[in-house]
Amino acid sequence: MSDRIGDRLLRAVCLAASLLVAIVLVEIAVQLLTGALPAIRRFGPGFVTGTHWRPNFDTFGAATLLFGTLVSSVMALALATPIGISIGLYLSLLAPRSVRDVVGPLVEMLAAIPSVIVGLWGILVLAPIVQGHIEPVLHGALGFLPVFGSPQTTGSSIFTAGLVLTIMVVPIIASVSRDIFMTVPRDVQDAAAALGATRWETVRGVVLPSTASGIVATSVLALGRALGEAIAVTQVIGAGNAIHGSLFATGDTLASRIANQFPGVTTELHKASLFYLALILLVIGLVTNLLAQQIVKRFAQNRSFAV
Amino acid sequence: MSTAVAAEFDPTGPLVASGNLRRRRAVNRFAEAIATGAALLAVAVLAIMVGAVAVRGAAALNLDFLTHAPRVPGEVGGGIAPAIVGTAIIVGVATLVAMPLGVLVALYLTEFAPPRVAGPIRLTLDLLNGLPSIVIGLFVFGLLVSGRHQSGFAGAVCLAIIMVPLIARSSQEMLLLVPRPMRDAADALGVRRWRTVLTVVLPAAAGGIVTGTVLAIARAAGETAPLIFTTSIFADKTSFDVFGTALPNIPTEIYTLSQQDDPTGITKAWGAALVLVVFILLTNIAARALLARSQRRLTQ
Repeated sequence: MSDRIGDRLLRAVCLAASLLVAIVLVEIAVQLLTGALPAIRRFGPGFVTGTHWRPNFDTFGAATLLFGTLVSSVMALALATPIGISIGLYLSLLAPRSVRDVVGPLVEMLAAIPSVIVGLWGILVLAPIVQGHIEPVLHGALGFLPVFGSPQTTGSSIFTAGLVLTIMVVPIIASVSRDIFMTVPRDVQDAAAALGATRWETVRGVVLPSTASGIVATSVLALGRALGEAIAVTQVIGAGNAIHGSLFATGDTLASRIANQFPGVTTELHKASLFYLALILLVIGLVTNLLAQQIVKRFAQNRSFAV
Repeated sequence: MSTAVAAEFDPTGPLVASGNLRRRRAVNRFAEAIATGAALLAVAVLAIMVGAVAVRGAAALNLDFLTHAPRVPGEVGGGIAPAIVGTAIIVGVATLVAMPLGVLVALYLTEFAPPRVAGPIRLTLDLLNGLPSIVIGLFVFGLLVSGRHQSGFAGAVCLAIIMVPLIARSSQEMLLLVPRPMRDAADALGVRRWRTVLTVVLPAAAGGIVTGTVLAIARAAGETAPLIFTTSIFADKTSFDVFGTALPNIPTEIYTLSQQDDPTGITKAWGAALVLVVFILLTNIAARALLARSQRRLTQ
C-alpha cells in the first residue's frame, strides 16, 4: 500500500517540478507584457521604428537600439563563425589526443569567464588598443568604405562591442561544432581518404556538407547569445543615441540600454519602455531558439548517411 | 613540374607529386594552418585576459582586501569582504532552490514522462536556457522587487532560474547513463519504481549530478545582469539578511566600479575580478575532473 503511495508521490513531485519550470517561462512573458503595457498602449508597434529615445520628453523608440544590437551581433557572428568552426575542426579532426585534451577544456574555460570581467578587460585593455591601433589601421586601409569611419576618442564603439561579443561567442561555436564533427562516422572519412582526398578535401566534401544543418543551428544559437548579452556590451559600446554608418561610432543595444537606464529610471513610461525592450529581447530569444531547433529537426531526417 | 609533363605520363618514372597534387597539398596545409591558428588564437585570448586580470588584480590583493569592508570612497585600503559573503549567500540560496528542482525535472524526464510530455518539457528547458539573463532580471524585478524592495533573495531567484535548465540537462544526461540492467534487476526483485529511483538510480548518478550542479554554480556566480536590478542598492556592510536587504555581491561591485572613473575603484575592480576568476576557473577544473571520473565509473 505504502509502495503505491510512494510511486504516485514521487511521480507527482517530479511532475510538479516540471510544471513549475513551464509556469516560470509563461510567467516571464506575462510579467514583461504587463510591465510594458503603458508603453505598448502609447507607442504600439511604431515603437520598433521610432528613432528617438528622450526620457525627458516622454518619447521612446527602439530603432537605434535594434540597429546597434543587429550590427554588433552580426559582426560578432561574421568573425566568430569561421573561427569557431576552424577550432571545432582542429579539435575534432586535426589535433593529437594529448593536445585536444588540453586545448578543448581551455576553449571551454574562455566561455566560463563571466561577461562582467570580459567587459572590464574590454573597456580597460582592449578599447585603448582598438582605438589607438586597430581602428586607425582599418580606417587608413579601408577608409573609403563608410563602415570604417574615422576613429573616435575613447575606443567605446559598436566595433569594440562586436569584438567583445566575438570573444564570448567563439567558444560556444567551437565546442558545439566540435561535438557535431565528432559524430561524422570514421568510415565515411576513411572512404574519402581511400579515394585519395586530402584532409581538407575530406572536410570540404564530406564533413562540412553532412553537418551543415548542425553548424547553422549552432550559429543561430550563438547569434541569440550575442543579441541578448547585456553587461559586457554596456561596458564597451559607449551608450550612443544615434544611428551611424561607421562601426567606430558609439551605439547601444536593447540589452545594454536596459542595463544602463533601468537602475536610474525616471518616469513610469520610461520604465515601461525598457520593459518593452525586454519583451522584444524575449521574442528574439524564443525565435532564435525555436529556429535553431527547427533547423536541426528539418535536416536530421535527410542527413546524407545513416549512422 | 608543369602540367605539360604530367600530361605525357611515364609509368617508369619515379613517383613524385604532380602539379595538381602539389596544389592540393598546399591547399590542405593552408587549411590545417588556419584551423591550428584559430585554436591558438582562442587559447591566446584566454591567456591574455586571465593574465591581465591576474597582473592587475594581484596589485590590489592582500589579506585586508579579502577580509575587510570597504572604506569611505576616496580613501585607500579596505576590501570586498561583504561582497564575497553576499555572493556566497546569494549563490548558496540559489543552489538550494535550483538543485532539487533541476534534479526532479531530470528524474521526471528520464523515469516517468511519456514521450509526448517529455518533448515539450525539454523544449521549455532549452528556451529557458536560451533567454538573455537580463530578461530574467526584469522578470524577477517585476515579481519580487517592484513595489517592495531589493533583496538578496530576489537575486538568488534570478540565479536559480538560470541554474535549473543547466542542472536539469546535465542530470538528465547522467541519469541516462545509468545502465538499463540496474533498473531491470531492481524490477526483477519486485522493487517498486520509487524505491528503485531513490535507492538505485539516483545514487548511481549522484556524482555526475553534483558536478553538473557545481558547473551551474560557476556559471551563476559570475552573472551580473539580473543582479543589478534585484540586489544592487546596498550598504557596503557584511549582512546575512537574505530577505530584508539587498546583499552586496562581487559581480555588481565590479560592474559599478568599472562604470566610474575612480582609479582606486578600478584597482579594486581588478582585485574583485581576480577573486571571481580564480573561484570560477577552480570550480570548473574540479568539476570537469570529477565529471570525467563519474562518467567512467558509470560507463564501465
